[in-house]
Order: sequence, then C-alpha cells, then structure tokens
Amino acid sequence: MRFGLRMAGPVLALLAAPISAFAEITRFDEQVSTFDLDNGMEVVVIEDHRAPVVVHMMWYRAGSADEQPGVSGVAHFLEHLLFKATDNMEAGEFSKTVAANGGSDNAFTSYDYTAYFQRVASDRLELMMQMEADRMVNLRLTEADILTEREVIIEERNQRTENDPNALFGEQASAALYMNHRYGVPVIGWRHEMETLELPDTLEYYEQFYAPNNAILIVAGDVTPQEVKEMAERHYGPLKANPDLEPRARPQEPVHNVERRLVFEDPRVSQPYVRRSYLAPERDSEDQKTAAALMLGANLLGDGQTSFMTQKLQFEDKTAVFATAYYRGTSLDDTSFTTIVVPVPGVSLSEAEAQMDAVLEEFMETPIDQAHLARIKSQMRASRIYAKDNVQGLANSYGRALTSGLTIADILAWPDVVENITEEDIKTAMRTVLNNKSSVTGWLTSGREAAQ
Amino acid sequence: MKRFFLSVLTVVTLVAAPLRADVDIQEISSPMGFKAWLVEDHTHPFMALRIGFKGGASLDRPEKRGAVSLMMALLEEGTGDLDAREFAREVDELAASFSFDASGDSVSISARMLSENRDAAIALLKGALTAPSFEQSAIDRVRGQVVSIIGSDLKDPDAIARTAFNAAAFGDHPYGSALEGTLESVGALTREDILNAHRDTMARDRVFISAVGDITADELGALIDDLLVDLPETGAAMPERVEVALEPGVTVVEYDTPQSVALFGHRGIKRDDPDFFAAFIASTILGGGGFESRLMDEVRDKRGLTYGVYSYLSPREHAEMVLGQVASANDRIGAAIEVIKDEWARIANEGVTQEELDATKTYLTGAYPLRFDGNAPIARILMGMQMGELPIDYINTRNDKVNEVTLEHINRVIKEVYLPDELHFTVVGKPDGL
Repeated sequence: MRFGLRMAGPVLALLAAPISAFAEITRFDEQVSTFDLDNGMEVVVIEDHRAPVVVHMMWYRAGSADEQPGVSGVAHFLEHLLFKATDNMEAGEFSKTVAANGGSDNAFTSYDYTAYFQRVASDRLELMMQMEADRMVNLRLTEADILTEREVIIEERNQRTENDPNALFGEQASAALYMNHRYGVPVIGWRHEMETLELPDTLEYYEQFYAPNNAILIVAGDVTPQEVKEMAERHYGPLKANPDLEPRARPQEPVHNVERRLVFEDPRVSQPYVRRSYLAPERDSEDQKTAAALMLGANLLGDGQTSFMTQKLQFEDKTAVFATAYYRGTSLDDTSFTTIVVPVPGVSLSEAEAQMDAVLEEFMETPIDQAHLARIKSQMRASRIYAKDNVQGLANSYGRALTSGLTIADILAWPDVVENITEEDIKTAMRTVLNNKSSVTGWLTSGREAAQ
Repeated sequence: MKRFFLSVLTVVTLVAAPLRADVDIQEISSPMGFKAWLVEDHTHPFMALRIGFKGGASLDRPEKRGAVSLMMALLEEGTGDLDAREFAREVDELAASFSFDASGDSVSISARMLSENRDAAIALLKGALTAPSFEQSAIDRVRGQVVSIIGSDLKDPDAIARTAFNAAAFGDHPYGSALEGTLESVGALTREDILNAHRDTMARDRVFISAVGDITADELGALIDDLLVDLPETGAAMPERVEVALEPGVTVVEYDTPQSVALFGHRGIKRDDPDFFAAFIASTILGGGGFESRLMDEVRDKRGLTYGVYSYLSPREHAEMVLGQVASANDRIGAAIEVIKDEWARIANEGVTQEELDATKTYLTGAYPLRFDGNAPIARILMGMQMGELPIDYINTRNDKVNEVTLEHINRVIKEVYLPDELHFTVVGKPDGL
C-alpha cells in the first residue's frame, strides 16, 4: 500500500524559447505553441479539443521569495486581495462573474510564483482575459479589506501550519537549511509579521511585480493559438510594461560548512520520524543534467516499493514503517534533496538515523540496478502520454517551469536529458549533494522519545 | 512607480445557453453477461479502467473492523509467483498504474494502462484482484502502516472530530466508526479475516465497470470476462439502513491545539428523492464549494472568522445527512458557530431569492459539462453514475432537472431539509465559551 505522512510540501496551493520579434506564433508540437506580446507578456497555448473547456491561467514571476524582509506572507496576502475591488469591479465580483458563467476560479502562491486561474467553457475565455487584465493593474484596496482578509490568512496559517506539527517541523527545518535565501521563510509568512501586514506593504508588492512583462499567460484546452493571440492582444496588449522591473537576483546561500540538527517536540505527534534535507542545485536553463541525475537518483533511492531504501528498511530489515527520498528540481534558486525514515515501534530515532546513514552509504557503494533505472525511464516516457490527458496538469507544469527560470525549449528538452543520464552521472551528482555539511537533520517527536 | 491604464471596462455576464457535454456512453454486455459503460476515445494510446464493488468497508464482519480496508491495501502485495516487490516491478515495467481503495459504500480499483501493454497489464491486475497471495509477512508489514495511520488520526483534530461525529450519528452501524478500524481490531486481524473480507466484498453480483479511452466494445467485453471470471458469484449481505441519531447542540472534545475544528449537520435527503435537485441547489447556495456561498460570504468574507467553511448533502447507501465543516482559532470558533446557526435559521425561515436561484442554476448547468475532460475523470464519473443507479442518458437530462426547479419548489423543500432545531456541532480543540 502507499503510505503518506501528513506533511506540508513546499508548494502552497492557496484558495483564495524561441520567439520572433514580430509576435508570430511559434508551434513546438501538436499541442504547444507560444508567442510574446509587445509589452513583454509571454503567452503559452496548450491545445486539447476533446471537451469544450478552457483553463485560463496568469502566472507572475513573483512569489514569497521575492518579498522584502519584514513582510513575510505579503505575496500570498496580495493573492487573496486580488479578489477584492478594482476600478471596474466590486469586491467579489470577479469570482461571482466566473461562477455566473458556470466556471470556477482560484489562485495559489509559492516561493517563485503567484498564479490565478479560471476553468470555464471555451466560449467564455475572452471575458476571463478582460477581467484578469483589469485586476493586473486596477486593484483598489481599502483598509477594511486589509483588516478582514488578514484575519482570513491567519486562520489559513492556523489550519495549515499551527494545527499540524508536521508542518511546524517542516517550517523550522527549512529555516535551518536556508541561512540567507528567502526559501527559509514560509510562503504563508511568519505569524508575527503576518499580523502587521498593512495596505502599503501589499501595494508596494503589487506595483513592483504585477505587470505584463512579469507575467506568463497560459491557456489550455479547446482553443487555437490564433484565437488566443487575437484576444490577448485586445485585452493584455494595451497594458503598459513596468520599465523598473529588475532581474530576479535574490540573496543566495553562502558555502555551508556545518551540519545542522534539530529536535522538534510536540505532544500532538503520534508517529516520530527523522528527516534530512541537503541543499541541492536546481534545474537551470540549458543546464539540466545534474537535476535530471538527482531526480533519477531520488527515484532509485526512495520512490516506491522497489526503491533501495524501501527494500532495505521496510522489506529486509523491517525497521521502518516507511522510507522515502525526493528531490524537486523545478526551482529558481538552490533547492533540496530530502530523505525520510519513519521507524517501526521500538526503533529509536537515533537508530533510524543510523540506518538512514547506512542505507545512503550502501546506495553510493553499490552499482545501480540497470533494470530499475530502465523501468524508471520507461515510466517517465509513459507519463508523458498520460499527461496529455490532463491539460490543466500540463498548464501547471509549464507555469512552474517558466516561473523558475526555464524556457519552453528546456521543458521540451527535459525528456532527452533524462533519457541520456548514466549511472556515472547519478553517482557524481549525488556524491556532491549528499554532504552532511550542507544538510539539516531533524527529529520529530512527541517528547517522550527525545531521551533515546 | 504607478502604472496607469484607463479604459471603460464593461464586464458582461454572458448568459448564453450552457454547453452540452458531448460524452457518448455505450452500455456493453460481455459474452459472459457482465455490463459495462464505455466511452471510446482513441486520441491517446491508453485506457482508464474502473472496477467497483458495492458494499465496501461496511461489510466488515463483527469485531473485524478494518479488515476490508486492510484487504484492499494488500491487493498490490503479491499474487501467484510474484511477491510484493516483484509485483510492483512488473507494474512499473509496464508503466501501468493500479490503485485500490475502500470506502464506506464500495471498494474500487482504478487502473490505467498503455494500449501496447494492455494484455500484460490486465493479466497482472487479474492476479491481484482474483488471486491475491495475502502472505503473512505482507499482512504484518502493511498492518504496521495502518496502525501508524490510526495512531496519527488519534492526534489529528480533523480525524478526532470525524470519529466523534460519526459515532454520535451512527453508533454501532459501520458508518459509526472509521473504516481503517481501531488499534485493537486491526491488531487482532488474521489472514483468515483478510480472505473473508475479500470473498465478502468482491463478487460478481455487485460489480460495476467503466472504461474510457483507446479500446473497442468487443475488446472490452473480452477483457472483462477474462478479468472477472474467477470471482465468486455472490458476497456478503448488504448492510442495514441506519437512522441518524445526532442530538441537537454542541459537543466539545477537548484537545490542546490552537485552532478548533467543527463538524456539523443533521439528517438529510435521499439521492433518488424527487426533491433532491431542489435540495442540491439550496445546498449550493448555502454552503457550496466556491467563494459564492452564503456561509463563505458571512463567515469568511464579511467577518474573517475562517479560511474555509462549507456544507453539502451527503446521500449515502444506507443513510443521508446534511454536513458541514469549519475551522477557527479557539477564541473565534464560538462566533463562527453562531453565524452558521443564524444562516441555517435564515435559509429555513426565509428560503432563497429568485436571483440566488437563477445565479446558482446558471453556475451548476454551466459547470457540469466542464467535468468531462479526460479519460480518468470520465471513467470516475461513469462509475459514480452506475453505483448511484442513474440512467445512462443522465448526463443529457441532468441540467434540465436543475432548470426545472422553481422558487416555490425550492423554498418548500428547504423547510423540509434544513432543520435549525436539529443542528449538531462536534467541536475539537480548546474552544472559548463553548
């Protein structure tokens, strides 16, 4: 069976290439096309004509890691506030209009992006563009909006984080891993800073980052690139670019030269576990090989029943209820490679950690099972066929990649990069990353196990 | 810098005729007589397949709570010569995926497979479905995972609330306890119990099948016969009907956590009741999932008392409820509950307006065709329709049923369905003043 811990991932999903200079449409394959508007807005169209549905998404290259110090949570707070009034619409009218047209809408914020989307019948697409263009530049916030919605995001933090020791633990572990980069600050914000977020903080972020030259429009579903181009030029075309937009150069991590450890105790913990995160390089444009090697390495090591850790700890030694490794390569700056061991009753966290170390060492010393590597690669080939069935999922993965410094060419090159990764590539990449001096090891306990 | 963009924007709500979902469902009958619903679509070279059996975890035998759920988790743990790891390896090799789920009213298998690997994938699935090994070592290992989940639920405010609420509503009926079982019941399960759970639940007299994607009717018929031929003809008797036994008022389960979680509800309306659509529209107006409901407006948007609040109709096989959920900080949950009670009374006393009815009809009829956008979602919907005993042309008539509801009708039904004097709240946390 599949076993999951209730852990907050790094991505909060919250309610609330080659381009010609003449705005010509570039078609990459039967599904994906792209063009730019004169004001710098990038547009991607993903076609699927099987159902009369379209997903309209606006992605901003701005997330929580682009915030100024002292106002953590403002990117996400602003995301909520974008559903309030504009010069042309009343508070709540956006969602009300989407619903009145049979659609649904929502938005989400992460470290590197903020995105808004509507799912509607394809003949309502133009209305979505009209409204999304409006709130990109015409937001009209009041003090009353701030006061009420701030209570909502604090309740959201209560629900996601304060009520869940796994989430609190993850937040502390990230803060320990990142010494200088804003990835160490939670997307939803530190509570004490959220409580003091004010109107000018939100407006400052809005005026800096909400502009067509900082946005990527993704339209997926029953629509042609030519139709999207005509509508986008009508509604987004007139918006002025922000000439003061700066390159996204955020404070980077220094050299890490000491291992960090933490013990998080909370009486609400039922299942103790040990988790280690290593600082790791992310996918970079035209340089995705290391990331592909790390992804395959994480799969071989700790993804699923046949992975190395699962075999050793769950099937052979029977010392773990669950063991896993994962790596998320799509990120603008340095990301992490994480391993988790959840011990069976009677096995202490120090024993679990020793087993984690032993398994990692053994993995690095053992030749890679070539059949396993081939299976993972063939699954990845199949997953690209399955992915075509879900254009909203495809739109999401394009949005994440494009707001993380990658291009469509990088996205399309990725399968070949993965296909060509060798055992040697995987071992080399993992040898560099699995360095305890750039890691955080955390124990989550209810307090009773701490003495062990 | 302030950018400026001035234009006269007129946001028009287009109230065009809603689209019709273009889903061509065939009912096929296999050579052996199994019925299945199929949507043939050869766009992508794969198929989504669902096999569901009515009854599910509510067929746990007395004192064996958790057996069906554990049995379903064990189906992927080996069959024939293949042990758990070899089975996983074979599935991975074929790039197929199988998932096995238990719920209170059914157990189901959801599979997808590439056309090029279909025969091999079906052979594997057949083994898992009809000849699972249930090796003792696998039982013990997976039981350990279930025990860990049950332990976590004992300390999770949402799960604590669900357990207390269901126990109060349904007592000894299977709906009254978590289908994972308790530490005691799961700890005591034997291999014999797992075999019984398999025989009790997965039988030919209660199976439903849906397939969407790259397969023809003839191919599907042969495939189903091959897949299901070895299952027993009949399984355990279906569970009894149960009446909702909730007491009005607020029950507090003390738990030391900063935000209280509240579940609320009372008895509800059957899915096949002629008034169901009227109740469904009312439920959408009061507590539907989006931003537009009265509860979201009053509790979240106006007062900032929560991040999310919703309510919905829950018509199950053996009992019906109106249910809802909210979470607020311990010093604010009391205020949130007061607003919810007021809204429950307001809708019961005053009904809804013509404007709300019209807007909600437009939303529901417009949103409906948007669901059918992919092999996997369509297969899921077809399974739900068959289990709910809906006719095969339901997709084409559903919006008419929504549109037929008048203001007079809905406001009569609301008085029968929304019962402010019966509303019960189970609150988990350290709520102030409750």
